[in-house]
Amino acid sequence: MKKIYVREEWCLGCHLCEYYCANANLGGGNMAKALKGRPVHPRIRVEDDGKISFAVACRHCDEPLCRKGCIAGAISVADGVVCIDREKCVGCYTCILSCPYGAVLPAEDGHAVQKCELCIQTAGGSPACAEHCPNRAIVFEEGGASA
Amino acid sequence: MPIEGQVRIPSGCAIAGIFSRSGERMSGDDVIRSIAVMHDRSNGLGGGFAGYGIYPDYAAYYAFHLFYQEKKHPDAQQQCEAFLRRHFYIIHAGVIPTRKIPEITDEPRIWRYFVLPLPEKQETSQLDEQEFTARCALRINAEIEGAFVFSGGKNMGVFKGIGYPEDVGRFYRLEEYGGYSWTAHGRYPTNTPGWWGGAHPFGLLDCTVVHNGEISSYDANRRFIEMFNYQCTLQTDTEVITYIIDYLHRKQGLSLEETAAVVSAPFWSTLEEMPEPDRSTQIYLRKRFSNLLITGPFSIILGFEGGQMVLGDRLKLRGMVVGNHGDRFYAASEECAIRAVCPDIAKVWSPEAGEPVIVTMDRKEAAGTCAPR
Amino acid sequence: MDLYVHPLFEVVRNEKKCVACRACERQCSNCVHAYNPDTGEMEADDSKCVNCHRCVSLCPTKALKIILTDHCFRPNANWPGENINEVYKQANSGGVLLSSMGTPKPHPVYFDRILLNASQVTNPPIDPLREPMETRVFLGKKSQKLERNAEGQLVDNLTPQIPLTMPLLFSAMSFGSISYNAHASLARAAAALGICYNTGEGGLHADFYPYGPHTIVQVASGRFGVHGDYLMAGAAVEIKMGQGAKPGIGGHLPGHKIAGDVARTRMIPPGSDAISPAPHHDIYSIEDLRQLVYSLKAATGNQKPIIVKIAAVHNVAAIASGVARSGADIIAIDGFRGGTGAAPTRIRDHVGIPIELALASVDARLREEGIRDDVSVIAGGSIRSSADWIKAIALGADACYIATGALLALGCHLCRQCHTGLCNWGIATQRPDLVKRLNPEIGAERLVNLVHAWQHELKEVMGGMGINSVEALRGNRLMLRGVAMTQEELDILGIKHAGV
Repeated sequence: MKKIYVREEWCLGCHLCEYYCANANLGGGNMAKALKGRPVHPRIRVEDDGKISFAVACRHCDEPLCRKGCIAGAISVADGVVCIDREKCVGCYTCILSCPYGAVLPAEDGHAVQKCELCIQTAGGSPACAEHCPNRAIVFEEGGASA
Repeated sequence: MPIEGQVRIPSGCAIAGIFSRSGERMSGDDVIRSIAVMHDRSNGLGGGFAGYGIYPDYAAYYAFHLFYQEKKHPDAQQQCEAFLRRHFYIIHAGVIPTRKIPEITDEPRIWRYFVLPLPEKQETSQLDEQEFTARCALRINAEIEGAFVFSGGKNMGVFKGIGYPEDVGRFYRLEEYGGYSWTAHGRYPTNTPGWWGGAHPFGLLDCTVVHNGEISSYDANRRFIEMFNYQCTLQTDTEVITYIIDYLHRKQGLSLEETAAVVSAPFWSTLEEMPEPDRSTQIYLRKRFSNLLITGPFSIILGFEGGQMVLGDRLKLRGMVVGNHGDRFYAASEECAIRAVCPDIAKVWSPEAGEPVIVTMDRKEAAGTCAPR
Repeated sequence: MDLYVHPLFEVVRNEKKCVACRACERQCSNCVHAYNPDTGEMEADDSKCVNCHRCVSLCPTKALKIILTDHCFRPNANWPGENINEVYKQANSGGVLLSSMGTPKPHPVYFDRILLNASQVTNPPIDPLREPMETRVFLGKKSQKLERNAEGQLVDNLTPQIPLTMPLLFSAMSFGSISYNAHASLARAAAALGICYNTGEGGLHADFYPYGPHTIVQVASGRFGVHGDYLMAGAAVEIKMGQGAKPGIGGHLPGHKIAGDVARTRMIPPGSDAISPAPHHDIYSIEDLRQLVYSLKAATGNQKPIIVKIAAVHNVAAIASGVARSGADIIAIDGFRGGTGAAPTRIRDHVGIPIELALASVDARLREEGIRDDVSVIAGGSIRSSADWIKAIALGADACYIATGALLALGCHLCRQCHTGLCNWGIATQRPDLVKRLNPEIGAERLVNLVHAWQHELKEVMGGMGINSVEALRGNRLMLRGVAMTQEELDILGIKHAGV
């Protein structure tokens, strides 16, 4: 299964992935219209201490701890993609605490959580962060051979 | 309008050749009939023939055939003969017999000389007899305005002019000559009336070439071969092809097969699959003589003392048919030209792209400059 | 910054589009952009902008553009603003003006006045999609006497050649002047393409020895990074006598760029300036060159062809003739529009001659002397497209060098600030955070794409001419016609005017 892999070696810390992610999850239209003057809530985050930077997003674990901890049964794995059902999510944030990677985040409204779902709902299954990374530091591929 | 030498004139053509392996002498009649069938491949602006074995009485001498443009350059003959006398014994000289026919007009003065280099001159030049003779011929063509050596081998001769080839053949009374090998050419030049010297065959020593096609590598070939004391004064494909063959075969000592492998080199993909030792040899030739690769459409018949070689381009962009019947070998642009003179021919075929077909006399004593080594 | 000099560029930000993602700010090594937390908007300091387009390219909403300032001096045809500003800069600094890349001056580009031929009626164009179209070449001396073995078989007695799948090479750019990742991109691409790249005078990084068969190792006047293994590592050794952008001038890589791997590869102490003298101090004349050529041949056991690279200067034909007789296997001629990592502006813009004229006269001269086959000729110095490449081959080049074109493929936007070492594209810099911006995986891919595209175009043009092997295009000047040229220019180029 294709997953998102990040390669710290090539991450420039430009944070563009966050904007492309946020925009994709808002429908993938005109970014200026969608994001102008509002804070972005991406599902991928660049960890950046000024020296080292890399993007963090859900790894779609085989045995996701977030799902195990979910009290509402809102997290499921469909075809290898760890998904969240917003209708079921009660916003208890257990998943946020249990994810060892910090890849689950509160949604903009704070009532539910959100996480990377590989753009299956948005950009036709081609994750916007990988597609737009200018240095191929985020790749969407099988097995992460080149990670 | 500019003539050959002042401008480059591409042309389409018909070619034909007849060869007797036993050395039987044939009149020029057959080859005229053969080329005449392909009348529509010429446009009346050039025709010519080469015959081998036609001067048995003067076989030891170089037969220089010359055009003099007497109207434009009245002194040409005088200057040329003075030059010839300075460099050669002239054993015999005279007008080449022609027949006045309405189809052929405006002919230049046409002479022939049977010559041998003056030993002291040749010795001073430090050149062998052939090279000395060839250089003298090239020098006349380059330096004496209005004089043009259009044939200069031993026991052979080129006959050419403006007109359809069958008319040119009758004009030169070729039925009166006997040769074991004949080639013929009908020309379809594309822009100017051309002039007599620009008709084909083109010859250097006993090597003659008739050629059909227009090579795209012309200037690459020309600029390279001119490094080696050749001057492409006519700017025709045939001229440069003749010089290339002369250079590779006579000067560099390549066999005719090796020469063919240079000018019509197989593609790299073919070369790499060849069995050894051919593979190494051919790759070497391709690397060593890459400037003499000829591209674009051509088919040629190379005439030389004791043989002929038929060769086409590496993509087979020009038709060429060859055939065997008894001791005779035939070659022509179209099969009809062979059938016209040998209706029941035993075997005809089209050689592969770049595949040389070489025929030589059964008797091995003939060993001209172009003969296989 | 000079008080007198007004910034040349203005950063124009479309506020309606800007989402303040700050990518521009993070990507600008010149610190042009800044986020103002009070207004929540981005701001720009135009005076620092070098117009490298890094921000413009990465801006996700295409909110940025850079424009030339319309600020002006009182119009003066004799004193254009550029001249005035240069006077101000020199009055301020007292220094020689420095520039990078090729000259931007409007010198005549003869390539643009040369047109190509195609077949019509009398011979057929060849369709490269249906028929083989060969571009393979071998560079090196071809004039050996033929030899046969006892069986009469021809013996391959050619001296070592450089095999290339097409007559193109990446020309010399040293590790130091360009980054590790730029070198990695060039090396990988050259190997994938079956061509060569050139180390320049910076030695060969240990990581790139596996690409040796696709590497030309350079020996220049500073001898940086030269040792036995280095000479043996490449497909050929190039002696750099001159560079088109700066004939008669050496090189100077400042000490701050000589760190870590660069120092190690150059075999000099970190922090020391790497100064390449203007001449080779063991070559003060042509006979000295011959000694170096043969020294290198001896050092490589006669296994490597020797290239001698010269800048196109006024008497280049005579020089090339001397080089051809020096034992060199290949002559590389670098035209004056060629690029550089840094050169004095006046030298770059005013010294040397265009490659078209130099190449044509060298090729003609070597033929006149009957020694054209003793050497291969590589032409470089602003081959900008396959059209220039094709025209150079038809003028007589065995192959062409490209460098600026290759850098453009890697992202270079020709801002010509290489000498500052702050290349935002990770090419002409040694700053690790900038170097990593050039991912060689992408770089190599883009180079391969570019060269393949050019090769396709070469094949299309050759096919149109009815030529199916590139050696029949070489020196085939009948395939060229000139427009808008004087008879003298045509004569030097050895071509006819269009229409005749």
